[in-house]
Amino acid sequence: MFLDLLWIVVKILLIVLPLMFSVAYLTYAERKIIGYMQVRCGPNRVGPYGLLQPIADAVKLLFKEIIIPSSSNKFLFVIAPILAIAPALAAWAVIPFGEIDVSTTVAGKTTTTQELLVLADIDASLLYILALTSIGVYGVIVAGWASNSKYAFLGSMRSAAQIVSYEIAMGFALVGVLMAASVYQIDPVTDPALVGKSAINLGVIVKSQSGGFWHWYWLPLMPLFIVYLVSGVAETNRAPFDVAEGESEIVAGFHVEYSGMAFAVFFLAEYAVIILISMLCALLFCGGWLSPFEGIPHLEEWFAWVPGLVWLIMKTMFFMFCFLWFRATFPRYRYDQIMRLGWKVFIPVTIVWIVVLAAAIAYELPPWFDQV
Amino acid sequence: MLENYLPILVFIIIGIGFGIGPMMAGFILAPRKPDKEKLSRYECGFEAFEDSRGTFNIRYSLVAILFIIFDLEIAFLFPWAVVMNQLGWYGFISMSVFLGILVVGFIYEWKKGALEWE
Repeated sequence: MFLDLLWIVVKILLIVLPLMFSVAYLTYAERKIIGYMQVRCGPNRVGPYGLLQPIADAVKLLFKEIIIPSSSNKFLFVIAPILAIAPALAAWAVIPFGEIDVSTTVAGKTTTTQELLVLADIDASLLYILALTSIGVYGVIVAGWASNSKYAFLGSMRSAAQIVSYEIAMGFALVGVLMAASVYQIDPVTDPALVGKSAINLGVIVKSQSGGFWHWYWLPLMPLFIVYLVSGVAETNRAPFDVAEGESEIVAGFHVEYSGMAFAVFFLAEYAVIILISMLCALLFCGGWLSPFEGIPHLEEWFAWVPGLVWLIMKTMFFMFCFLWFRATFPRYRYDQIMRLGWKVFIPVTIVWIVVLAAAIAYELPPWFDQV
Repeated sequence: MLENYLPILVFIIIGIGFGIGPMMAGFILAPRKPDKEKLSRYECGFEAFEDSRGTFNIRYSLVAILFIIFDLEIAFLFPWAVVMNQLGWYGFISMSVFLGILVVGFIYEWKKGALEWE
């Protein structure tokens, strides 16, 4: 029992520590990439090419005083960053990173089966992710309320309203993905890892996209894919939807009163969610760990040795790059434009596409929805 | 079945730990010299006129209420989407009716101006 628990903790650290490393170097990549896009160098003083910059930042924040304003609610003020980071990390529990072969030897007979490379193989994994990403909004609201500062309060109001608005469009996009994945017939011979699971499991969603990159859901669900990606940017309060931070009007939004490590924890949570959304885009719409050369003669064999995890990470990195690219490219939206986009454009588009998709599935539209 | 959820519980605890750990480190390692001005809330160089927890725009509450309605719809759509393939035309038509009612409500709130921000 104790060993089991220890093994779980080791597996969790195997997820969280690379994640923390990615967060640190995402901030470095952000400054470097945006720097080059603006014909600057970006950080290049700390270490070779500025590679130690994130570590220097972390050490600096560690030795900065954490100020708790006298008019704030002390308990809520301290609890808010924890409310932000716990769900941002815990959502990673159900992310499948690929498939592995597991050999079990029973009475001298070795059998090899495939299993999903996932920490908690629960059936309702997509529902769990939707729930945990929703909890993230509490950190924002509690931080803004507890600070008892006008700027923090306004920032948290804006941010919360924006997050919940785009949550709806995101949820509808996920419904589309589920509908498409529900067509997939799980074959116990080729997919032993998925037996007994339904389309709400992320592993099933990825495997249902197999058969070449034109089978990935970005193509048949193109409008939902765009809605999901843009909503993901809005959900994380990133540019061009970052009015909640609006440094020229409400200074930094909900975390204006936070300093030192308390601020760093918010920062970690924000970037962990960015990486999570990027990975979900890769899993739900871009075939996850499936090779992009599947079904293409010659290329498929040449790249057959590449592990699935590498493809997944490459796809995730592409979406992370998009987050930075958007920030460097687009001017900031006005708040009324953000709400208009969320409610009056995205929600109608997703509802219409769900109906289109239902019809396409009912008529078994090839090549995506014909049941073999 | 339930033991599949144990790693999630452990992960949530570790996630909370990743929140508490750095904050504790910050409280221990960082200097702590509070004074009245430093602890006052952020304002542009003067005392805040009033408590910040006064009135706020009603639209934020309206958005929250609309969110609850639509999020519930999504929660209803999820199980349907998973099994829609087995339900056939019966499931398709009953969900069309459900979505139709949702769309009528959506058009109503749109025409009422609940989605306008100025």
